[in-house]
Amino acid sequence: MASTTTEQVRSTPAPAAPNRRKRHPTRFTPLVPAIILLALFMLGPIVWSFYGSFTNSALTGSAALHPEFIGLDNYVKLFSSSVFPKSLLLTLVFVIGSAVVGQTVLGLLLAILMRGANSIVRGVVGTIVVAAWVLPEIVSAFVGYAYFSGHGTLNAILSWLHVPTVDWLFSAPMLAVILANTWRGTAFSMMLYSAALTNVPTDVLEAATVDGAGEWRKLFSVTLPMIRRTITTTLMLITLQTLSIFTLIYVMTAGGPGFDSSTLPILAYQQAFKFSNLGYGTAIATILLIVGAAFSVIYLRVLKPKVN
Amino acid sequence: MSATTPRLSLSSPRRLGVAGLTNGILLFIALCFILPMAWLILASFDTKATLAAGWPGRFSFENFRVVLTPDVSLVPLLNSLVLAGASAIVTVIVAVLAAYPLSRYNLRIGKPFMYAILFGTGLPITAMMVPVYQLFVRLNLLDSVGGTIFFMAATQLPMAVWMTKNFMDDVPVNLEEAAWIDGASSMKTLTRVVVPLMRPGIAVVFVFVFVEAWGNFFIPFVLLLSPDRLPAAVSIFNFFGQHGAVAYGQLAAFSLIYSVPVVTLYVLVQRFIGGGFSLGGALKG
Repeated sequence: MASTTTEQVRSTPAPAAPNRRKRHPTRFTPLVPAIILLALFMLGPIVWSFYGSFTNSALTGSAALHPEFIGLDNYVKLFSSSVFPKSLLLTLVFVIGSAVVGQTVLGLLLAILMRGANSIVRGVVGTIVVAAWVLPEIVSAFVGYAYFSGHGTLNAILSWLHVPTVDWLFSAPMLAVILANTWRGTAFSMMLYSAALTNVPTDVLEAATVDGAGEWRKLFSVTLPMIRRTITTTLMLITLQTLSIFTLIYVMTAGGPGFDSSTLPILAYQQAFKFSNLGYGTAIATILLIVGAAFSVIYLRVLKPKVN
Repeated sequence: MSATTPRLSLSSPRRLGVAGLTNGILLFIALCFILPMAWLILASFDTKATLAAGWPGRFSFENFRVVLTPDVSLVPLLNSLVLAGASAIVTVIVAVLAAYPLSRYNLRIGKPFMYAILFGTGLPITAMMVPVYQLFVRLNLLDSVGGTIFFMAATQLPMAVWMTKNFMDDVPVNLEEAAWIDGASSMKTLTRVVVPLMRPGIAVVFVFVFVEAWGNFFIPFVLLLSPDRLPAAVSIFNFFGQHGAVAYGQLAAFSLIYSVPVVTLYVLVQRFIGGGFSLGGALKG
């Protein structure tokens, strides 16, 4: 998950090996297993994805044995269908709702509040929030399903409070999966922000207090600007993770009702394996890969990691 | 901000109010977080569990007894152990090997390779499952445990290489120089000098990959077919599909049993290394 989220990027000068080894051709050899694994199982599927999206490959029937090259047909079909643009929009809603708004805002809020809380409360809250994050994804998906289902905990609480209930997974599937993913992911950003907040020098905050700045002013004019970099990198990391979430949504709603919660990963799976249009599903996967790759490049640009 | 600074002293009434409000908001958020989880715990001890969290009429271990049979959970858990353990071993070995030249030599391909690695950590693996399925059909690897292990290892490799290289950079090179002068090969210095010195780092990478692979549902869901090869993540899903309508208590019990290893590993690593273990790599960035 997290790779490079510190305020200061470590610079490590590569220690020089003895000169006589420098030009030795075998120094590459230890890299070979990694290169083979990555070429076969990462690069291979990506190349295959681009090629496969131009074929009519199917799970069954004659197209399964002899897929034909059909050019841009899959992409034309994709952009003219009603399902794909909707899925693109749902993916955007999911990422903005649960990653940008949910996890970032809640994570930051928790990190800031915890600094002013007493240690027992801090321990209890921290443990509970992190527990939601440590659970395997399929278990949190079941938990989310049970919580939001028509006969679930949420509705039990609402009817106890005499508030009208609805079947959340049916009437508001996107809201349910967004809240479930916020529940699951907030610990991660909370921990990164907490780490960043401890690095904010206290003397700067004290100087601001002496200058008469209130709590809000200190938060917005001192603390937040100082952890800006952590916020950016954390946001990029969560966005990348959220973009590819499958299990949580698939178990909670299976993309339904209809296609009302089919984000791109779900749609690619449905088209390829449920409706047996492998080529069409591959085209969706290819677009998702391109979106992810674009985010990954932006991430590298924003982060400017010191490689070496 | 320490509690000793006068600014934070709780003697002033205004401060006390702010602290009270802070604690209140935090406890409310914690309540919102624990309510969904309450179902998991309560239902597992309740033979008449529904989807809503409720106090069991009678605490019973019946659900655990029903679930803890070879067919339902033991074989799937063993499969999970094989998948996660083997991918973690493969990833760690390959990552340590790859990290050595990247950390010790000024390779011409070092920089592009590290950028490619970092780029790879951002790719949505979920998006690759459809093409990976097709690739596995072509390579005749579908329903192969070995193929799934190597694919899982490959998906974790970018992150693992990145973390391992950072840990290895911390091992001073002058410790190897003595061995070099004695004529030891670089592989020998790697296994005899470098690896023993970075054991905690390797443990972090191993646990990181193990936890990811243990919790992964989508990869084995697509690549494995035979019921006797499925890991717990997938068998729990099938179990839910078949018995879900009646056996919520058993589902919760199975989910808890399946979660115990990763939660334990998290707590252990937390205790030994300190801090969130996934941040171990992050903070080294």
